[in-house]
Amino acid sequence: MDAVIAEPELTSGTAGGERRLMLSGDWVVAHAEIMEVLAEDVRESQPAPRVTVDLGQLGRLDTVGALVLHRVCDFAATPEGKVEIEGGRPEQRALLSAIVRETEAAKMPPAPRTFFLVDWLALLGAGVARAGFEIVRWFAFLGAIVAAAGNLMLHPGRFRATSFVFHLEHVGFRAVPIIALISFLVGAIVAQQGIFQLRHFGATIFVVDLVGILTLRELGVLLTSIMVAGRSGSAFTAEIGSMKMREEIDALNVMALNPVEVLILPRLLALVVGLTMLSFISEIAALAGGGLVVWVYGGVTPEASLSRLKEAIDLTSFTVGMVKAPFMAIVIGVIAAIEGLEVEGSAESLGMRTTASVVKSIFMVIVLDGIFAVMFAALGL
Amino acid sequence: MSSADTLEAPPPAAGGREAIIRIRDLAVGFGDRLVIDGLDLDVWRGEILGVVGASGTGKSVLLRTIIGLLQRRRGTIELFGTDLDKANPEESKAVERRWGVLFQQGALFSSLSVRENVQVPLREHAELSPDLLEEVAMLKLALVGLPPESASRMPSELSGGMIKRAALARALALDPEIVFLDEPTSGLDPISAQEFDQLILTLRETLGLTVFMVTHDLDSLAHACTRIAALGRGKLLAEGTLEVMKAATDPWLKAYFQGPRARGIFT
Repeated sequence: MDAVIAEPELTSGTAGGERRLMLSGDWVVAHAEIMEVLAEDVRESQPAPRVTVDLGQLGRLDTVGALVLHRVCDFAATPEGKVEIEGGRPEQRALLSAIVRETEAAKMPPAPRTFFLVDWLALLGAGVARAGFEIVRWFAFLGAIVAAAGNLMLHPGRFRATSFVFHLEHVGFRAVPIIALISFLVGAIVAQQGIFQLRHFGATIFVVDLVGILTLRELGVLLTSIMVAGRSGSAFTAEIGSMKMREEIDALNVMALNPVEVLILPRLLALVVGLTMLSFISEIAALAGGGLVVWVYGGVTPEASLSRLKEAIDLTSFTVGMVKAPFMAIVIGVIAAIEGLEVEGSAESLGMRTTASVVKSIFMVIVLDGIFAVMFAALGL
Repeated sequence: MSSADTLEAPPPAAGGREAIIRIRDLAVGFGDRLVIDGLDLDVWRGEILGVVGASGTGKSVLLRTIIGLLQRRRGTIELFGTDLDKANPEESKAVERRWGVLFQQGALFSSLSVRENVQVPLREHAELSPDLLEEVAMLKLALVGLPPESASRMPSELSGGMIKRAALARALALDPEIVFLDEPTSGLDPISAQEFDQLILTLRETLGLTVFMVTHDLDSLAHACTRIAALGRGKLLAEGTLEVMKAATDPWLKAYFQGPRARGIFT
């Protein structure tokens, strides 16, 4: 097809103060570059008060060609000059007059000119205001969840057990292999590094203390929370976000159903239960990994390391770790739900919100862990 | 438009008409069910063909098969004399540049503004300077009757009628010779729908378009279409002008073109 398109040409001649432009070839989008060069040539030439454009030799003309031709006419004539169009098939003339008509209407409204410092300050202000509103939204949403949960306690029959079990399976049960594997590996790595350092002091046996306390107090729940934020928090945001996009949330609202109660509470509760159980599995797996490395690398028998472990840890170490899990779950779930409900019409906003959900929940999980560490230290636990 | 006479001489069809699309013995199916079975259809240059049929008779399937989104079981489809199945990648790309498609929901890219949506095909398939690119996009939007302010809006901020217009502007970006419209007036209020019909007619005049339109809208059939093709039982039940359709004896066609809703429009 492209082979049969003839190159556009433009010849210009002046006779007695009147300028004559002759067009030939095909003025179509495939030759946009050549056409634009031709138009530039005309722009650089001296404009004439009277211009005649001869379309007699013109091959094909499409809207892009007609637009460039419109430009050529503008450039060729002086501002008060007259342009006459000669020849051309009726449909080409119709297209040209349509272009003349529409380009008047199609002028882009000029962007308001502003000073860059003002722009910058305005952006800064908008950012601060957005952050402020986000905090307000956070508390409003937390309030909505508490209200919905309170309401549910008054009417326990309305609890969506099926939904809860479904999400518990996806958040909890299906995450067991990956959580167990990662925790096992991290436990093993911590033990190995501990052995390398403590071996110099002949204190290899104390690696059991290191792994035991670190795992139970911090690592188990932290690792699990980060994994769950990445695995389930993102999924919740994407689910709720695409439901928002397709007006499903609005549909729930108009059916007198509370989206928080229907969609968010079962997910939140599944996260609380699932993350707590996963934390326990993670701790056991990390202890197993550490124990194996201590046995293979450090030459400490399982019996010896178990009895050392019994002395190193007590119920407090375990509860101090586990008590954090439900809070982590709530943080992840609330962030996922808020971000999901913030999704707007576009695919891009869904992606942005899902990313924001994961980044914010991982950040908040670590901050919360720090707060707990400070608090427990103050309490002397 | 002028394109017809400078193309390599197309095989002149019966009566001097040139077939842009030639479908022979087409069969398309899902699983063990054939939705279209033995369909023959020609689309002539310059016409506005309305394709009608009861729900599930494969109107949209036919459209999607012609533009290559669905695989066919049997038969041939020639667009501009080229069989897309036998064409090499360059040939089929050349054919794809000569058509425009308006999807039922518009299918505007949601992360691009209206203007950027119209510019996508121009950016990908043509070499335009940034200035000209802006101008062409604004011109196309003006041609479909969208105000200049809407150019920088996002698709999610548009009404249903504006989405259809913006999607049509994108379909027209490369000056196609044929546009495929999938239920262009569905979901529009009667006034917008009427304006849309008028728009199609105007664009055919100025741009020399051929239109292949799947529709349920009796008004569109009466006011915009120059020929109607009715699908049923996997085949072409009947084709011809509105008069031919009104005289048809097939029970479904009778119900469609002589029913209470039709009577108000056609008489």
